[in-house]
Amino acid sequence: MAVLQMQRISICALKKDRKAILEKIQALGIMEMNQIADVDDGFEKMDTMEAKVSFERKAQLAESALTVLETYEPEKKSMLSSLEGKKLVEKDAFNQVVSERDTVIETADLLVTYSKEIAEKKAGILKLENQIESLSPWLALDVPMDAKGTKKVAMLLGTMPGGTTLESVYEQIAAKAPEIEAVDVQIISSDRDAAYLAVFCLRQEEAQVEEVLRSGGFSRPAQSVGMIPEEAKESLEEEIQKLKSEIADTEDAIRGYKEDREKLKVISDYYRIRAEKYEVLGTLPQSQRTFVISGYVPAKAVPAIQKAIGDRYDCAVDVEDLKEDEEPPTLLKNNSFSSSVESVVASYGLPHKGEFDPTTIMSFFYVFFFGMMLSDAAYGAIIAIGCLIALKKFPRMSKGMHESLKMFMFCGVSTMVWGILFGGYFGDVVDVVSKTFFGHPVTIKPLWFAPLNDPMKLLIYSMAFGVIHLFVGLGIKGYMEIKAGKILDFFCDVVLWYAFLIGLLLMLIPSEIFASIAQAQITFPPAVNVAAKVLAIGGAVGLLLMSGRANKNPALRLALGAYDIYNITGWLSDVLSYSRLLALGLATGVIASVVNQMGSMLGKSVAGVILFIVVFIIGHAMNLAINLLGAYVHTNRLQFVEFFGKFYEGGGKPFEPFESDTKYVTIQESENAE
Amino acid sequence: MSIWDNLGLVYALLGAAIAVFLAGAGSAIGVGIAGQAAAGVVTEDPSKFAKVLIMQLLPGTQGIYGLLVGFLTLSKIGLLGGGAAQIDPQTGLLILAACLPIGIVGLISGKHQGKTSAAAIGIVAKKPDQFGKAMLFPAMVETYAILALLISILSVTAIQV
Repeated sequence: MAVLQMQRISICALKKDRKAILEKIQALGIMEMNQIADVDDGFEKMDTMEAKVSFERKAQLAESALTVLETYEPEKKSMLSSLEGKKLVEKDAFNQVVSERDTVIETADLLVTYSKEIAEKKAGILKLENQIESLSPWLALDVPMDAKGTKKVAMLLGTMPGGTTLESVYEQIAAKAPEIEAVDVQIISSDRDAAYLAVFCLRQEEAQVEEVLRSGGFSRPAQSVGMIPEEAKESLEEEIQKLKSEIADTEDAIRGYKEDREKLKVISDYYRIRAEKYEVLGTLPQSQRTFVISGYVPAKAVPAIQKAIGDRYDCAVDVEDLKEDEEPPTLLKNNSFSSSVESVVASYGLPHKGEFDPTTIMSFFYVFFFGMMLSDAAYGAIIAIGCLIALKKFPRMSKGMHESLKMFMFCGVSTMVWGILFGGYFGDVVDVVSKTFFGHPVTIKPLWFAPLNDPMKLLIYSMAFGVIHLFVGLGIKGYMEIKAGKILDFFCDVVLWYAFLIGLLLMLIPSEIFASIAQAQITFPPAVNVAAKVLAIGGAVGLLLMSGRANKNPALRLALGAYDIYNITGWLSDVLSYSRLLALGLATGVIASVVNQMGSMLGKSVAGVILFIVVFIIGHAMNLAINLLGAYVHTNRLQFVEFFGKFYEGGGKPFEPFESDTKYVTIQESENAE
Repeated sequence: MSIWDNLGLVYALLGAAIAVFLAGAGSAIGVGIAGQAAAGVVTEDPSKFAKVLIMQLLPGTQGIYGLLVGFLTLSKIGLLGGGAAQIDPQTGLLILAACLPIGIVGLISGKHQGKTSAAAIGIVAKKPDQFGKAMLFPAMVETYAILALLISILSVTAIQV
């Protein structure tokens, strides 16, 4: 339960071992690079930008090739494949593929080219289809569209506005140019927007006829082909067919490379690793013969580095403790149970330098509150067993996923315990089924009490748990202040608040308000009552005088003290906030019983049983999902806002070691460095 | 005996209806607002579907709280199985009043939680690793719905029929 102690390790070694040492550190993955800022005389940094970019480009190329393969030959994946994690590859097998990297990259190039070709051809098809589309009104025409006519007769092709008929064309010509007689108009086709005309006239009158028609909205077709439209269409369609079969061939060719998928993945990772290595290489100060590498290592991993680097190469390894002003990265170390909630702490913010790691203490409250909010034995069992199966079946899943599933498994167990305490098994399914289908009601007695029968009791308990949670938070604050040697702060900020709050609580419990809520009168011996008043008044006076101690001005100091006492409202709202433990617990139970009630509406019959099963499965699945979400969100909130609000700041930088950050495969080292 | 003396059950049922429909409407508005934002994120990056779906669901709880109070009320006045209880107008109005907190707070908080969720979906879109923090903002709004739910539940269960 702690933040791991970090040390700075600096290695000065010969340049010839540069790559070997870097690769070793990368494979170990326990050192976060942090080079000593200024480069002294004689040391300079190497420009690795170009190499790095070229590796990244190759990784990207392999990645695009994989996408192409995935498009045309999708990898068969089960629904749970995201849980499987990265594939384990033997070092030898990895090196084997790497030795073929040039061919693999060629393959990748080819695949990407193929996919470009396909895209181009598809665009080509689209263009051809557009041409066919524009030809379609002219299909009835049995001469080429650019036919000029004969020696004496001219042909005009064009469109007129929709609704144009033969009569209206002749009328227009007769009205505007009565002298023209030799005109023959044919309507090839017409639709709502336009009529498609072929007009024949004497060649010497061609211009005049066109002029007249144009005044009526005539215009020549935008596209014209030198063939009979029907034939043109056929040839276009042939072209499309040809392109389609070419695309099919290319797709087949792509599919032929499906065996290379694994190799592409390995190569993509290989170049990713190299790109990362070169990025680090670019930051190293180097002299003519030597280089220096420096970074943070968890103290207990130092011997491993000593052994792997120091004993094997000619180098100087220097280990030093951190300086005052250094802000090291944070790495948490917890037992198997508590480490499962590390990701929750991390999502709020890791502890900063010198701060207490709240993970262990939080993990118990987390699981406790989560179970209380969901509180159904059957739901808990489903979650716990589901997570357990997933954990067993996919041992190689990513670390984050593994931790989350483990966390939900523990929360499921806690839910089950609370469900048994409160007597919830799919809500009240036992009662409903036994009453509806077997005639005599059976009830599983809750081990403690049923919240719906006595909500006030659970409300009191919820708030009591809240007070404990908050007091623990305040206690941690005190612990941190003592550890930092701030005894006065500890007394003023923590002890006085404890006194004030405990005094108030002790005064509240025997009061009538409390009695009416708890439905039980509690009487303390008089000595306790006096002690309560002393504690509360003493605490309040102490806070009034001491909270503003940083200020010299006595008036301001008292005002700040009074303001600090006003924070009691904050405590009140914090404690009230724990009533969500009751509300969410009730919500699960009540919705579950609504589902059961709906299912049992048809009573004892075949249809009734079928309806019950359908409603049961759908209803409880939904209820479980929505309340699981609710329990997760509100447990987080209780930790982040109420608990962390008392003592925790966070804001630490996560430890990001220089490692082989792969996407598809994990390389199994043949020689173990531990 | 005038008709007013028989309205007890009607008042009580009206209370259940108000709890369900106001809180449900609040959630519907909230989930709707958040859903629009979520759909926008998924068009850009379908892999964030699961995360934004969770965000969208957050304002959905008010409707469930309303349902919860409505259900408690129905079982209180005996409309679920068995005959309806004899309720005098005063008790009926008491039940109606007990249902108001979750109804009204559910409506208003549902809408505003929806807006906050939409904003939190924006966080997830740009910084998916800040999911934990993003989730907290809508959860803050929900606190007040929970407090209202609490008062509604306590009052409904406390009223003697």
